[in-house]
Amino acid sequence: MPEVDTTTNAGQLLAAASGGRRRPGDRIFSNAATIAGVTIVVLLAGVAIFLFAEGLPAVTASAEELPGGESLLDYVAPLAFGTILAGAFAALVAVPLAVAAALFITHIAPPRIALTLGYLVDLLAAIPSIIYGLWGIFVLGPATVPVMQWLEDNLGFIPLFKGPASATGRTMFVAVLVLAVMILPIVSAVAREVFTQAPRKLQEGAQALGATRWEMIRMTVLPFGKSSIVSGAMLGLGRALGETMAVTIILSVSGVVTFNLISQANPSTIAANIALNFPESSGLAINALIATGLVLFAITLVTNMAARAIIARQNIE
Amino acid sequence: MAPPERQPPPAPLASAEIGGGVLPGWATYAAIGGAALVAAAVLLATGSFTVALLLVFTVPLACAAIYAWSRAVEGPRRAKDRVMTLAIASAFGLAMIPLISLLYEVIKRGLPGISLEFFTEDARGQIGGGGAAHAIVGTLVITGVAVAISVPIGIMTAIYMTEYGAGKKLRRALTFFVDVMTGIPSIVAGLFAYALFELFFGPGIRLGVMGSVALSVLMIPIVIRSAEEVLKIVPNHLREAAYALGTPKWKTIVKIVLPTAFAGLVTGVMIATARIIGETAPLLITTGVIDTINSNPLDGRMQNLAVYAFSEYRSPGVMKQASYDRAWAAALTLIAIVMILNIVARLVYRRYKTEIR
Repeated sequence: MPEVDTTTNAGQLLAAASGGRRRPGDRIFSNAATIAGVTIVVLLAGVAIFLFAEGLPAVTASAEELPGGESLLDYVAPLAFGTILAGAFAALVAVPLAVAAALFITHIAPPRIALTLGYLVDLLAAIPSIIYGLWGIFVLGPATVPVMQWLEDNLGFIPLFKGPASATGRTMFVAVLVLAVMILPIVSAVAREVFTQAPRKLQEGAQALGATRWEMIRMTVLPFGKSSIVSGAMLGLGRALGETMAVTIILSVSGVVTFNLISQANPSTIAANIALNFPESSGLAINALIATGLVLFAITLVTNMAARAIIARQNIE
Repeated sequence: MAPPERQPPPAPLASAEIGGGVLPGWATYAAIGGAALVAAAVLLATGSFTVALLLVFTVPLACAAIYAWSRAVEGPRRAKDRVMTLAIASAFGLAMIPLISLLYEVIKRGLPGISLEFFTEDARGQIGGGGAAHAIVGTLVITGVAVAISVPIGIMTAIYMTEYGAGKKLRRALTFFVDVMTGIPSIVAGLFAYALFELFFGPGIRLGVMGSVALSVLMIPIVIRSAEEVLKIVPNHLREAAYALGTPKWKTIVKIVLPTAFAGLVTGVMIATARIIGETAPLLITTGVIDTINSNPLDGRMQNLAVYAFSEYRSPGVMKQASYDRAWAAALTLIAIVMILNIVARLVYRRYKTEIR
């Protein structure tokens, strides 16, 4: 970034011109800015340290002392399974839709309304998660019951849809759909950004050679956006893994480990488990919940860092 | 400028090799309409008609219909183009259904619970009644304190990153840490605030300000991101002109850079506020649940709209429907606040962005 360098040089020249001493106002202000920057680092370190310090008693405690009488690993494993199951399927549902929505906005919809359509998709991201939860349990759940019944009747041989289909809609299937809606705008925003940057020359060249619009998209736009789509998907996955309220409200949990998405018995997720149990917990149970929070933090951290690494690598290329 | 002796190619060859046939403009709509009719007929015949299933079946049917029709008339490449266009458009439509349904349901179910009482009374001693005044006050106080913490830290950090940090290690680290911070799940931010305050005040502590700290962890990275974007596009010649006049750097930032970027900064803060005002999970575990108005963030539990909606849904009490109505009314209030913040933010940006360019 040459511009920023110029500024610094100008500042340094200025400092040199005024006899090498910096004015007190300058010193105070630049120190304040630096302190703010350091605060961020301290804050983030604080999050890790405090979670670790408060989670540690549960890690070192013996199985009998912990709630449920099982070791921390046995406690967190089904929750981690549920978290990853819900997040992965949500990403699987959301990514194709989000990419298609982004393509529609950037390449298919009339340019006049494209901005408005993009704003509508962004609106999905602005809606608070508690409202998604209420919508999921009162509206989407009941509306999905016949669909789940149909899935059990016709696709029951796939383990995912083994059933018996729930009659209330409080299933992993509905939770996955709601999570997918929640992360769709995130994935779509990343995809939209990269699709608008796809080189115009290639697109026009393809069309000049007689390619249809879809062939143009498939041969120039999609290859250009491939790695951004992957990283957008992982950002969305990270969000879905940590999403709390929608899952808390929708799922009827029963600590099982199952791939069956449409039955009444579902694995819980780490975040939902904390939200459900934290208010009524005390003592070592709190420490155990914080330890699971640390696990969640680690999982999302790895996901997000992988996503950022993909973006960074693409920027270098 | 074609040579005059060049004859147009014979017509039969053109239609055979270049795929001369073209479907009429209404072909796609006809395919969708036909597919919907067929799907509706089949579903009605099997007795399992619902709007959801109708949509599920119509789209693939319409795709198949338009593909077959177009392939017969226009050839395989155009057929594929048409199918993909239809598929992409319907995927977008599918993505919009939740938004429309959600807004519609929130308004429909939220309006019955909206009354004067909802905004003016708290829920103390009310059996199956009462309002959400305590939750509204709590939301405003908790969010206000969070904004007061986040905005100075966030904007000063952004100033450091754009004005002072060039080439420094801390700046590079900050770019990374802000990314990491954006990805912190909201419940983890809540756990952090709890762990922090538990250390000083002992276990079981619930304070309004704990919620604000948790929300700040979520809000700060959003503020930094947007402020950094805006400060970056402040033209350098403005800064250089100020330096040339002998203005100190800090005064250049305060009097030139920040005012130029002001609209963008305000927009960023408003969008960040809209993002955190509806947070539930971190407040559930830090501010607790209470029935009365408490406007002091340093003294005891505090209610807020999102947690209010959650607890009205979860523990409805004797009059179930009234409770659900209040939960939806709280959701409607919340969504109205979020929408107003977003729209005003966009208006501010659209009105003033020309100053930057």
